[in-house]
Amino acid sequence: MPTSPSEPYDLAVIGAGPAGLAGAVTAGELGLSVALLDAAGTTGGQYFRHPAPGLGAARPQALHHDWAAFAALRRRLGASGVTHLAHHHVWTVQRQDDGPWTAHALTGAEGDTPVRVRARAILLAAGAYERQLPFPGWTLPGVVGAGGAQAMLKSGLVLPGQRVVVAGSGPLLLAVASSLATAGAHVPAVIEASGYLGYAHRPLTLVANPHKLLEAAVHGTALLRHRIPLRTRSAVTEVHGTDRVEAVTVSRLDRDWRPLPGTGRRIACDALAVGHGLLPRTELATGLGCATRRAPDGTHALALGDLQETSVPGLWAAGETGGIGGWQLACAEGELAGIAVAARLRGLPALTGSRRVRDLARRRDRMRAFADTMAAAHAPGPGWTGWLTDATDVCRCEEVTVGGIREAVTGLGARDTRTVKLLTRAGMGWCQGRMCGTAVACLAAAGTEQGTVPPSAERRPLAVPVPLGALADQPAENDRTS
Amino acid sequence: MSNSSDVIVVGAGVIGAACAYYAACSGLSVTVVDRGPVAAGTTGAGEGNLLVSDKEPGPELELALLSATLWRELAQELPARIEYEAKGGLVVASDATGMAELRKFAETQAGAGVTAEEIPPGRLHDLEPHLAPGLGGGFHYPQDAQVQPALATAHLLRASGARVRTGEEVTAVLTGPHGKVRGVRTAAGDLHAPYVVNAAGTWGGEVAWLAGAHLPVLPRRGFVLVTEPLPRLVRHKVYASDYVSGVASGSAALQTSVVVEGTPAGPVLIGGSRERVGFDRTLSVEALRRLAAQATMLFPVLAGVRAMRTYAGFRPYLPDHLPAIGTDPRVPGLLHACGHEGAGIGLAPATGLVVARLLTGDQPPLDVGPFRPGRFAPAA
Ligand SMILES: Cc1cc2nc3c(=O)[nH]c(=O)nc-3n(C[C@H](O)[C@H](O)[C@H](O)COP(=O)(O)OP(=O)(O)OC[C@H]3O[C@@H](n4cnc5c(N)ncnc54)[C@H](O)[C@@H]3O)c2cc1C
Ligand SMILES: Cc1cc2nc3c(=O)[nH]c(=O)nc-3n(C[C@H](O)[C@H](O)[C@H](O)COP(=O)(O)OP(=O)(O)OC[C@H]3O[C@@H](n4cnc5c(N)ncnc54)[C@H](O)[C@@H]3O)c2cc1C
Repeated sequence: MPTSPSEPYDLAVIGAGPAGLAGAVTAGELGLSVALLDAAGTTGGQYFRHPAPGLGAARPQALHHDWAAFAALRRRLGASGVTHLAHHHVWTVQRQDDGPWTAHALTGAEGDTPVRVRARAILLAAGAYERQLPFPGWTLPGVVGAGGAQAMLKSGLVLPGQRVVVAGSGPLLLAVASSLATAGAHVPAVIEASGYLGYAHRPLTLVANPHKLLEAAVHGTALLRHRIPLRTRSAVTEVHGTDRVEAVTVSRLDRDWRPLPGTGRRIACDALAVGHGLLPRTELATGLGCATRRAPDGTHALALGDLQETSVPGLWAAGETGGIGGWQLACAEGELAGIAVAARLRGLPALTGSRRVRDLARRRDRMRAFADTMAAAHAPGPGWTGWLTDATDVCRCEEVTVGGIREAVTGLGARDTRTVKLLTRAGMGWCQGRMCGTAVACLAAAGTEQGTVPPSAERRPLAVPVPLGALADQPAENDRTS
Repeated sequence: MSNSSDVIVVGAGVIGAACAYYAACSGLSVTVVDRGPVAAGTTGAGEGNLLVSDKEPGPELELALLSATLWRELAQELPARIEYEAKGGLVVASDATGMAELRKFAETQAGAGVTAEEIPPGRLHDLEPHLAPGLGGGFHYPQDAQVQPALATAHLLRASGARVRTGEEVTAVLTGPHGKVRGVRTAAGDLHAPYVVNAAGTWGGEVAWLAGAHLPVLPRRGFVLVTEPLPRLVRHKVYASDYVSGVASGSAALQTSVVVEGTPAGPVLIGGSRERVGFDRTLSVEALRRLAAQATMLFPVLAGVRAMRTYAGFRPYLPDHLPAIGTDPRVPGLLHACGHEGAGIGLAPATGLVVARLLTGDQPPLDVGPFRPGRFAPAA
């Protein structure tokens, strides 16, 4: 704790997933005063999501292979003196000149009480959210996000259906399918759009990441045990049903993800769990002008230095905000960032020359390289728009169709997500384009010479909606008005 | 595609679109060039208030009144999707003193052709049921209206039939013998025309500079707060009386005098912050705080409503707060149409019509003397 309320913390960590936990614990153990903020009520983030204690789930670890690692982090958190601020939704981060940072958050039972947490350094560990690509029928009840289904299982132990097809692209699908099957659902098939061949081109990164192999093997055997077939180079190109999902059509894809005519096959099911990998949650940082890099799967992650600092000095990032790569990478990055912040604030550069730092950096680089290989293998091919019809909804919040977007592009001069948004309202609704952003960017770029350009790192200055009353309640500032 | 036309318009914002539209209506062939997509600049970051109520008698009000008429005509000609609404404005005063000032202001405007009706405190809630209690009264301006700026721009451009080249930055203005304009250069090649219209908004100074001309356009930042979609809570454009003084002020410090308005799509827009901080896009919590505080003071019901997003834009302004519209005094063939500050959406049609008349050599529809681009020429 800072010694007086007016004194800023040394470090505010945003996000208490593996990356934020590791960073907070490390910095706390090195003697920094640390606040750890998270929108959720418990620590653990996406990977170590677990039911709130009140729900009485006896063994959350049953769904986790790596529970011991999380339990150890939690123990250290308890002993480190870190202040855990649960239920804090951070909507923006600001800095006045060279003074301390301010994290503006909302808390309280209604989520409308404004709080400002000041700190001399910020570690952004806000994780990722799921990438979705639309297809005919994806708005039907029973269609859920693959990661979302996993998260529901982990926190509330609810199944999205009895017969659940898992589809999309990326290694998360395997994990989701085995969790669903373990929890008692029947999974008729896992439908993967890529060929998984990308990995084979880089045997060295695989060999250097034995843990990944192990994980894949675990999921592989789970699929085998439950007799779940994995169909690669295929996609769900249509969902059938009147009030909810009754079946899906699965089509074969060519190398560019273009559906091959005549290959459609129906699979009966009552739910579809679908996802196309994860998108780094970078808005708190891009709002401050932090540089981004384009990952091989077309997503934009924060560009980070050797010791996890963003292009804005004093702002560090770790975990999936800097690129998708799994919980172990997140932990390594969090620890590195924690050490780097302590070294900077205490004026002890020697801290970063230690053997531990060298080891961590080496592991990080290796895991990042592997993550990039995976990302390349699962990057959406330009042909995916071939499974859309003009009537397919793209923006579910504002009910904007593929046809509406195509008209804005060819008829009205839109070339990017921002203009499509201005001309059609796609992305202006509740989710602020988190759901449709990828699809809109691909459709907007369709008419341009670049072809399918990747979505740009979007500016979304309010990370969460803020009640006007809470905004008005901020203490006034008089020194930033010129 | 031929690279020659009668006129090239640099900038596909609302001003460039209006210039293209009226030039094409006059029979000219038009090419519009923008380095971004349509409405990439301030037009995509503004609100669509078409106000006469905030303007004192003078050249800007004349331009606004002509524009108000033209917008009404355009609303007939363009698709309904431009979301034109003749909803009227309501300016409110917090007390009797403020009301007296509003009354004086409205009287001077009346002589210039602005209609305003005094609304005593007891009748305010007939017009706006959710206004705070205890206000001093207000004035209703039926000529105030609204459009969705990006859609209006896109549809003006489409209706003009102009060739629109997006994603092409103008890097040079080509001149021939005697310094006469011949066209522009972009990365994609040279485009030829005997006339070039600089409608580059906040970047108009740079485009002028490319042609060897001088125009001191500067940015004045503004934030807009956008709420979650709501059933119609706010019926008019509602603002407090100190908005007028904020608009007219030249101070660099942050000023907020809020305008609150509903939109056909549901969200309420809250705008009105002004500060001179260059092209800094970083969010200013203080600007948002003041917008929210003033909006909830006018409409207490908004306190529980969530802001979904916010965006910043850079109003193009000139030192005397009037736009530059007309021929450049030193570069033959170059015309300027920029610097409309916080009123470019409202002033666009009249600006476009003036430019078209100048291009065809006809009499402009009003006295354009006060907008002469040459008024800023550095003393030789
Ligand atoms: C839906 C989903 C399911 C996943 N399932 C698996 C899986 O089964 N297996 C697997 O290996 N990997 C899974 N992952 C990937 C996994 O998230 C990562 O490998 C790992 O959790 C990354 O850790 P992190 O610390 O970077 O982020 P996270 O674990 O995502 O933690 C980020 C934290 O930041 C908080 N946060 C974000 N924004 C704010 C804000 N504005 N204010 C306050 N707090 C904020 C969030 O509440 C969250 O607790 C999943 C990811 C997602 C998105
Ligand atoms: C927060 C805010 C609220 C506002 N609210 C209102 C309102 O309610 N009512 C109202 O009337 N006005 C309002 N305005 C003002 C209004 O938005 C502007 O006056 C108007 O949009 C200016 O239009 P423009 O076409 O001149 O400029 P822009 O829209 O900026 O267009 C200029 C174009 O030129 C292009 N360009 C620049 N340089 C080059 C180059 N070298 N080559 C090619 N292209 C180039 C740019 O990409 C840009 O698209 C508001 C402004 C802000 C910031």
